[in-house]
Amino acid sequence: MQTSPAYDRYRKLKSTFISGLCVLSAVLVVAPLGFVFFHLLSEGISSIDLNFLLNLPAPVGEKGGGMANAIVGTLILLGLASAVGIPFGVLGGVYLSEYGNAHFNRVIRFMADILNGVPSIVWGIVVYALIVVPMKGFSALSGGVVLGFMMIPLILRTTEEVLLLVPRDYREAALALGIPKWKTTVFIVMKTAFRGIVSSVLLAQARVAGETAPLLFTAFGNRYWAQSLDQPIAALPLQIFNYAISPYDEWHQQAWAGALVLILMILFINFGIRTIINIGSNK
Amino acid sequence: MENRRTHILQAIPGTNKIPDRMFKWFTAAMAFSVGLLLFIVIWNLVRGSYPAIKEYGWRFLVTSSWDPVHEEFGALPFIYGTVVSSVLALIIAVPLSIGTSVFLTEFAPLRLRRPVISLVEMLAAVPSVIFGLWGIFVLIPFLRNYIYPWLESVLGFLPIFEGPIYGVGMLSAGIIVAIMILPIITSVSREILESVPDLQREAAYALGATRWEVIRIAVLSYAKRGLMGAAVLGLGRALGETMAVTMVIGNRPEIAASLFAPGYTLASVIANEFTEATTDIYLSVLFEIGLVLLGVTILTNIIARVFIYGMTSPSGSKST
Repeated sequence: MQTSPAYDRYRKLKSTFISGLCVLSAVLVVAPLGFVFFHLLSEGISSIDLNFLLNLPAPVGEKGGGMANAIVGTLILLGLASAVGIPFGVLGGVYLSEYGNAHFNRVIRFMADILNGVPSIVWGIVVYALIVVPMKGFSALSGGVVLGFMMIPLILRTTEEVLLLVPRDYREAALALGIPKWKTTVFIVMKTAFRGIVSSVLLAQARVAGETAPLLFTAFGNRYWAQSLDQPIAALPLQIFNYAISPYDEWHQQAWAGALVLILMILFINFGIRTIINIGSNK
Repeated sequence: MENRRTHILQAIPGTNKIPDRMFKWFTAAMAFSVGLLLFIVIWNLVRGSYPAIKEYGWRFLVTSSWDPVHEEFGALPFIYGTVVSSVLALIIAVPLSIGTSVFLTEFAPLRLRRPVISLVEMLAAVPSVIFGLWGIFVLIPFLRNYIYPWLESVLGFLPIFEGPIYGVGMLSAGIIVAIMILPIITSVSREILESVPDLQREAAYALGATRWEVIRIAVLSYAKRGLMGAAVLGLGRALGETMAVTMVIGNRPEIAASLFAPGYTLASVIANEFTEATTDIYLSVLFEIGLVLLGVTILTNIIARVFIYGMTSPSGSKST
């Protein structure tokens, strides 16, 4: 190795230069977030008013109109998805952390990871074949089920992790008192980890709330109020997509406004998670 | 071991074991639902694509004419579009992500780490459709008016940077997908770099290495496999990305050398044509495309696991 002072200067310079590149890349990674939020706010905020939040979409060419049905539709779909995803995900996670042996757990975790990687569009056509075809039509129900399916592996993995954080002593103390294992699990372990479980559910909801692709062939979208769960239902991401690719300027404005509402919903859920975690850690 | 001990404790006379067993088997069924779900996914795709596989066989994957009216289906343009847009995304995203995670683990001031990590997590929370919207109305006009003409004037002698500029196209899709896979690659590679023992760094510093030399010799070469795993994980996400790509790639089933030209991907052809598929064979072909996508994502997932497994597990092969 050379050791002349000139070479040392070169090495230091090179080191500083590459450190600079790392800082630059961090800036470039964060920058798109700033741009996306800037444009969502600047384009969307002017179109959000009571009219937008309370009315149905207006026909092309007419002023006004809103996305009330899509906002409510997204909430209904999230409710249905939670009804499917929470029991399977949470109780499955309970089994992994409280009962499962290492081998079984490894297999289940592997399958859950594979499912987490399944492209959302593939979920859409699977649930189309599973539910939409037998029911002979697009429906809110199928939309809820597809989002619920996507939530199961997410909730399962995170629930297992939060339950494993509960100290083993708690379980042993309860069992030593003669409390049956299932009561120990439900009233001691799950109760202790309750905040963690709630935030894992919220995290999964935030993930699926913005999904569009799986809803294309299940919930399908609807320009009016859905009367029952076996009818197509509007969803915010679907409405944003349809408006964004339309040729009309008013619809583009509405798409921006819808996108702003959607991102605020997702941030609201995420903010909920932060708050729960913070309260938990201050205790 | 722990399980056995708790069973002994629980075997105190007088305890009713039936609710316990019921609870155990009930939660076991819930856990196993994941296996059932994976079976449902694979089974429905295989069943749906069976007619197309029987009709077209392997030819489907290597021919490039897409003419639903005459029932000619070749998936090659979609495979090409998917691979090219994903590879472009990786080329852009991997250096940025690794640079960011090096910054975060090696020399970022402590009070800056948490906020930057949170911002990266927030980027991951932005839905695909919003990136698509932003891509159509903000990014594409910018690229079309400023970046692409400049690229063409400087590098236009290369076939990949020549031809008419539409705005929508392969490169635009690659850039959008790159932004979307930045968070996953960054967070996985940050975890990998954090798992590099400090002893490695200290040894290199003790030899008089500069910061970059420490990063290169002690950190990056140690973490090489894990970082490759992170990139493969990002590739898996990129291949299946649907909405944003559909909105910016131009949706034209052609294989063109130019990155400015519109393309089409496996995921976006399903998104666009599934509800228009009028014949059974057309629908079946789209199922087969879904099956191809699933196969590719399972494969990338397994490869990524193999890479990352040796890195983070303490019993892994540290000597390699």
